[in-house]
Amino acid sequence: MKEKTGYLLLSTGDVLEGKWLGSEQATEGELVFNTSMTGYQEVMTDPSYAGQIITMTYPLIGNYGFNHVDNESIKPFLNGLVIAHPSHHPDHYQLRDTLEEMAIKHGIPVLYDIDTRAVTRIIRKNGEVYGKITSDKQDFPTKLAVARDIVNNVSVQRITPLKANSNYAGSSNCHVVLWDFGYKQSITRTLKSLGCDVTVVPYDTPSGTIKELHPDAVILSNGPGDPESLSHLAGNIKTIAECYPVLGICLGHQLIASAYGAATKRLPYGHRGSNHPVRNTAQGKVMITSQNHGYVVDDETIDKTIWDISYININDASIEGLKHRQKPVVTVQFHPEAHPGPSDAHTIFEEFFSTILKREAQYA
Amino acid sequence: MPKLQYIRKVLVIGSGPIIIGQAAEFDYSGTQACLALKEEGVEVILVNNNPATIMTDHTTADRVYFEPLTLESLTSIIQKERPEGILPTLGGQTGLNLAVSLSEAGVLEQYDVELLGTPLNTIQKGEDRDIFKSMMKTIGQPVPESLSVTSVEEAVAFSEKAGFPVIVRPAYTLGGAGGGIAENEQELISAIKHGLDVSPVAQVLVEQSIKGWKEIEYEVIRDANDTCIIVCNMENIDPAGIHTGDSIVVAPSQTLNDRQYQMLRTVSCNVIRELGVVGGCNIQFALNPESDEYVIIEVNPRVSRSSALASKATGYPIARIAAKIAVGYYLDELVNPITGNTYASFEPALDYIAVKVPRWPLDKFRNVDRTLGTQMKATGEVMALARNFPAALNKAIQSLDLGMDHLPWLKDWTNEAIEKALIKATDERLFVTAEAIRRGYSLDGIHELTGINRFFLNEIAAMTDVEKQLTGKKLDVISQDEWKKAKTMGFSDKTLASILQKDVRAVREQYSDLGIAPSYKTVDTCAAEFSVETGYFYSTWNEVNETMPLEGQKIVVLGAGPIRIGQGVEFDYCSVHAAMSLQYQGVKAIVINNNPETVSTDFNTADHLYFEPLTAEDVLAVMQNEKADGVMVQFGGQTAINLAEELSRSDVHVYGTSISAINAAEDRDAFYQLLQKLEIPHIPGKMVTDLYEAVSTAAEIGYPVLVRPSYVIGGSGMVVLHDESELTTYLNGLKSEAPVSAVFPLLIDRFIPGHEFEVDAVCDGKDILIPGVFQHIEKAGVHSGDSIAVFPAPDIAGWQKQLIETYTTSISSALNLKGMVNIQFVLSEDREELYVLEVNPRASRTVPIASKVTGVPLIDLAVRVQMGASLKGQSWKLGLHDDIPYYAVKMPIFSSAKLPGADPYLGPEMQSTGETIGLGTTVSQALAKACGWTEGSLLDMTTQKSVYLSFGPSVAGLPHKLLSLLSDLPVPITADSETAAALGKAGVDVDCEMGISEARTACSENGFELVCDTQKSFLADDHTRLRMDALAMNMTCLTSAETLLAYLEASLQAKEAPVPINEYLHTKRGLNRRKEHVM
Repeated sequence: MKEKTGYLLLSTGDVLEGKWLGSEQATEGELVFNTSMTGYQEVMTDPSYAGQIITMTYPLIGNYGFNHVDNESIKPFLNGLVIAHPSHHPDHYQLRDTLEEMAIKHGIPVLYDIDTRAVTRIIRKNGEVYGKITSDKQDFPTKLAVARDIVNNVSVQRITPLKANSNYAGSSNCHVVLWDFGYKQSITRTLKSLGCDVTVVPYDTPSGTIKELHPDAVILSNGPGDPESLSHLAGNIKTIAECYPVLGICLGHQLIASAYGAATKRLPYGHRGSNHPVRNTAQGKVMITSQNHGYVVDDETIDKTIWDISYININDASIEGLKHRQKPVVTVQFHPEAHPGPSDAHTIFEEFFSTILKREAQYA
Repeated sequence: MPKLQYIRKVLVIGSGPIIIGQAAEFDYSGTQACLALKEEGVEVILVNNNPATIMTDHTTADRVYFEPLTLESLTSIIQKERPEGILPTLGGQTGLNLAVSLSEAGVLEQYDVELLGTPLNTIQKGEDRDIFKSMMKTIGQPVPESLSVTSVEEAVAFSEKAGFPVIVRPAYTLGGAGGGIAENEQELISAIKHGLDVSPVAQVLVEQSIKGWKEIEYEVIRDANDTCIIVCNMENIDPAGIHTGDSIVVAPSQTLNDRQYQMLRTVSCNVIRELGVVGGCNIQFALNPESDEYVIIEVNPRVSRSSALASKATGYPIARIAAKIAVGYYLDELVNPITGNTYASFEPALDYIAVKVPRWPLDKFRNVDRTLGTQMKATGEVMALARNFPAALNKAIQSLDLGMDHLPWLKDWTNEAIEKALIKATDERLFVTAEAIRRGYSLDGIHELTGINRFFLNEIAAMTDVEKQLTGKKLDVISQDEWKKAKTMGFSDKTLASILQKDVRAVREQYSDLGIAPSYKTVDTCAAEFSVETGYFYSTWNEVNETMPLEGQKIVVLGAGPIRIGQGVEFDYCSVHAAMSLQYQGVKAIVINNNPETVSTDFNTADHLYFEPLTAEDVLAVMQNEKADGVMVQFGGQTAINLAEELSRSDVHVYGTSISAINAAEDRDAFYQLLQKLEIPHIPGKMVTDLYEAVSTAAEIGYPVLVRPSYVIGGSGMVVLHDESELTTYLNGLKSEAPVSAVFPLLIDRFIPGHEFEVDAVCDGKDILIPGVFQHIEKAGVHSGDSIAVFPAPDIAGWQKQLIETYTTSISSALNLKGMVNIQFVLSEDREELYVLEVNPRASRTVPIASKVTGVPLIDLAVRVQMGASLKGQSWKLGLHDDIPYYAVKMPIFSSAKLPGADPYLGPEMQSTGETIGLGTTVSQALAKACGWTEGSLLDMTTQKSVYLSFGPSVAGLPHKLLSLLSDLPVPITADSETAAALGKAGVDVDCEMGISEARTACSENGFELVCDTQKSFLADDHTRLRMDALAMNMTCLTSAETLLAYLEASLQAKEAPVPINEYLHTKRGLNRRKEHVM
């Protein structure tokens, strides 16, 4: 196999030499690291990574290849991938593509033979780092921010209805609007398996249109970019949150908090991985969660007369979830739909729907 | 929840002597647990009769009982100490079983002792296969289907439900005899017919086979608040069917996708919650490689070998955290000690791969069955960390200390032998797999035969590809990329030198000039997400070096590598103490070792820990990286001292005894010359270079002779030969075993079956300090590691002690020894002449015992001497110390029953895997404690069964005391006719005469309480087979009259009450101290 030299150039001035996997297609973006040891396929297809170059801290990537069941979106939106050692000969019963085939099929720039631990340490030290994958050793990144309209690139363009699984195990049997800021398909898979009919709506759908769909509940999805760039949606979001049971996930959580006046801020270098411990503040119980976010809701700006802080991060005490004191509105910073990562937080969905059912019973 | 305040004193049960399946990992976990408890202000009472451990050190526990691990002994200790709590889940199966017995006997209730951590009924649910299976069924978790059948029809019906293959296990047969795997109905019918025939109860267990499935383990921790985390998962490269202790294992799993990883993670948490584990737990799965179907193989609700491995592989100290949980803490209250700024309630993320390879003792035994299966055979293991699989595997192979630096070429193997070895796994399968790839076997084909996932096979193929690319190349045409690739994949300089037919130095210079160099990364539990302050490192190539050399004076201490027969946990004790001593002296300690089971590889032991192979290349690289002042080689057994010469040739400062002195002690010819110069008698012996010379030399020296090949071939080591025909048979045998290797030179010594003594001395070149003399129970000819030894020596004359002191002094001055030395002596049968047998210029197996029972910190003194201090300046008396007022008995413990095909007859080649200790006010008392080390290990004097004796035609050489004990023995005696006649003449009545072959039958029907057969001829015969049968039936099997005497004496004693070592030491306060230091 012919190996072609490529470089990772960073906004910090660092230059790392590696090799191209697949086609030599220069790319740039915000450089972030993910510490999951499995689940590179889910990471690579998660729309929240749009505009970013991901480095996987686990050095062996591609060992079990790619399959047809674990994609999180119809295509990968990440800007590039930086890894240490690709597997050229994966072995798995569901194997469909190798990493290289995946990279070529979707035009993902991939650089390997990189000291990804060194990259991670650079990000940890500098916080916000931008990178460029290129064949030109002098070609430093010039885009030093993620595009403000990034969500527009990943959200559905029109309203899309999805039917519940016919043999679902749950008992919710309701209609959910999924407000799409770049949703992961694991969210819709979970909802359908719980018996929900789902209508996915574009990120800029007016609240009136949502109301016309007569949902039993609304879920605000995850998605890429800075939540402040969506501040124009605040009114819409608050209107919906005042009327329906609402669950916010990741970016969705941040948008709801913002709609109620809270501020968001950048984490030093984000939480991206499958091992983040959060504590349920009411019960004192701990869950290990899947996370992928660079921004966080600022604790000091939350109106505690409206919101309870329902979850906090055990390591850095950052906010991991909010619960409206009166209304059935709950938000979580982590990913209860998992994939990749543990499914400890699956209960978030179950609790959310049981609240709805109880509410319906109450008003019936 | 914070610590439970009412827990002030806790009893910790250790795992006892090292046996196959229960090794140093429990010293590591036990030590961690004791220290974690002490940190909480809890007084720790420890019971463990393994003297070679760190956990039994005065620094680890408050009061240490070297007492038998029996219900009786534990009960009296509880009665005496009255602890509030007992922690049973850190001492392996032994600790767990004892806790169950204590509870069942009502002892815990009677003395109001709380069982800390995982509750008892959880332990029982995990331990009892039937309860476990039915419990898993109630929570909907699959376990392998099985059924007891008494007819072919039932078995066939089962197979229709469970599918093929089916495992067939006849009930109650010896060692699982008659069992097997049926691939189809025809095979099943014939297997069941056969099984019903051989089973004494005509019953056969049929079980769904998971052979070929992936074997996956999860290490879980749960606290009382129900927080449940996975510390690590692991994947066996060898598919299910081989004991996980005998499998090559990677962490984390490599071939599971996230869906599968999380599926098994969730199941692990659910099962552990259902069981109610509070602490560490291991759960093993088999996962169908063709689907997501899985079954739970077993659950161990305690820390284990795997949890030690997981702790080292991730940096997350499972045992330590488990101990804290046991006294009440929640995981989210405990700081992760490796980062210091995150909490224990998270799951480690690795950014490297860990590979574990077992170390087997199978090359040590002739005729032993090397097949791997459900019975574990490995004595130890190595772990390697790297940023890719080939590098980790290469490092692991280098760490094994088997004299290979790489997947060895098996040029002598036929293709047929290769194929056979691929199908039937042995300890050599990894090597065979690589060789098959070299020979062009398709990876698919190898996958079919071995079941090993193609991902791993491709990675091995990548390694053999690099060999191929480099073979025959000239140094200067190898590109920078090629060098980089080879070094990144962990090819050692020695391997590259041999592939390229150049010397190591030339290879190293060539790539170093191209800027290719090792660098070091940190093990931090979090893939660099958080900053850490802990110095736990591994090497990688061509990456960013993130280590900073320690400041100030710093010295490297070499560890001993994997636990194996002949090099056990005692050397870990020595390395750890060497590091501690340096730290006491204000010197930074850097430890290099590769054994994941040990305390020395705990990141808290030294200032910096490098998890690396113990080769000159790796040690030099670490020393360069740290700019270390020098290296200490005396404390890591033979592994460490073997590196001394190469290290000093590379201009590294080797502390202590000089290389020339080490060589003078280890080279037999030089050693004899030295002794002659010093006028110290030695056993007549000579190096010979051919068969003719061997025969004439042996005749000259006189038979019997002790022969030791200087080059050990196929594991056959030293033997005692009685005449010329045995000598020629033996030598011809060696030649045919290894036609290409050199059999010569060979050392031939006169064999003197006298009384053996040994000492461990600290020397500073001028003065010496000997804490006491060990006396061996068995006569010379039995390896010192296999002998029962008494300390201080009870049957030694004053002049003999004086000679021992004088000889030690003169050897020490002649060689200018600095540090530890072990010297073995033999006193002729007539007790007239004292010979020096051998000198080991390093810390030995007996150092921990001598230190612990006398309180003399031998390793600390040795390190101080090596740092330039004089013995005179220390607080202990010089010379041979006065006897302590009590006795210690060290008794070897064998795992031979787990190695079918090995003759347990004790000879010059060591066989024991561990040792136990007994203390007492008299020798017999100490013997009673040592021989009674575990439940039922003494002879039951009320038994109806007999003891079987075979001593040969004469009992003239037997100790008189043995004859008198035998004649009064309440247990019936059976003997062969020769022995019966000889005993009869000596006044001992034999109850029953029985020939050897009859005895074998009786033995297999469990007819004896004990077999003592001292007859050994050169070739295997019925005596050999009788001994093996006795082992297979779990009977006490002794092979010398002296051992039998000690054992009978021990069995006839009424045992003294348990006394902690602290109290014994108190009775000798001031003894052997210099006056000014006596308080």
